[in-house]
Amino acid sequence: MRHLQIHTTQDDHRVAKLAALAIGLHLIEAVVPSPLPGVKPGIANIVTLYILYRFDFVTAAWVSFLRVFASSLLFGNFLSPTFVLSLSGAMMSLVALYFLQHLPRRYFGPVSLSILAAFAHMLAQLLLVRFWLIPHAGVAYLVPIFMLAALFFGLINGVVTNILLKRA
Amino acid sequence: MKANRFLLGDYLVISLGLLLVVYLFKTLWHSEHAAKIQVRQGNQIVATLSLNQDRLMDVVGPLGISKIEIKQGKVRFLSSPCTNQYCVHQGWLHHQGQTAICLPNRVSLELLGSQKSYDSLNY
Repeated sequence: MRHLQIHTTQDDHRVAKLAALAIGLHLIEAVVPSPLPGVKPGIANIVTLYILYRFDFVTAAWVSFLRVFASSLLFGNFLSPTFVLSLSGAMMSLVALYFLQHLPRRYFGPVSLSILAAFAHMLAQLLLVRFWLIPHAGVAYLVPIFMLAALFFGLINGVVTNILLKRA
Repeated sequence: MKANRFLLGDYLVISLGLLLVVYLFKTLWHSEHAAKIQVRQGNQIVATLSLNQDRLMDVVGPLGISKIEIKQGKVRFLSSPCTNQYCVHQGWLHHQGQTAICLPNRVSLELLGSQKSYDSLNY
């Protein structure tokens, strides 16, 4: 009986390497303490954004989802509310990027996409929290704080992506 | 290393983002979230309830039963026997100091926080 062989392409290798990078960044970020659960720099998103510019949207989506699934398996919270939050944030920000990538490059750079995708990410997570995890009107008091964090870290990640794109 | 330049649209997004965040702070942080409600019938306090526990309460007044609902940290008049239904149309309340009043049935809800907003309510 012949052994089963999986034929991998160059694209597969590229996706795997980039996904490993994104997962690595996400793991490293877990070491950094956060003042409030849910406020994170989200540095793995730099990889997603970089891929969107350097390669294409499909590759970025692949790497993003692989990162969400693999990280949750590595952290041991697969299928937990943390995983659902992570996945919904990733999905919403990818949907946003799908449309935002068509913005004129002359005027809108990685910083714009990063900030807007970060807002989308945070919005999805806030909705999930409000209507599922903490169904209480008091969640409204968290919204401005989280959106400020999204703006701040979205800006930083966008700047870093910009630097990386200009180097290579 | 090349200098890092923001494009025109980037400045726009940053400014709009800041405006959005400021707007969110102003609208969502303008008053304290109430912790409990005081239900009055006539001039008497019928109940003081916590907003953190979901419940349905019936208050009996001269016209009939007004139903009050507490859910997810908010409170409202679910139904009332009055003709105008102004109390029901007030909808959900959750800020300290807010009130909903059914004048015909003499039932009122007042949301309380750390400070009392009104000294007394009279009919």
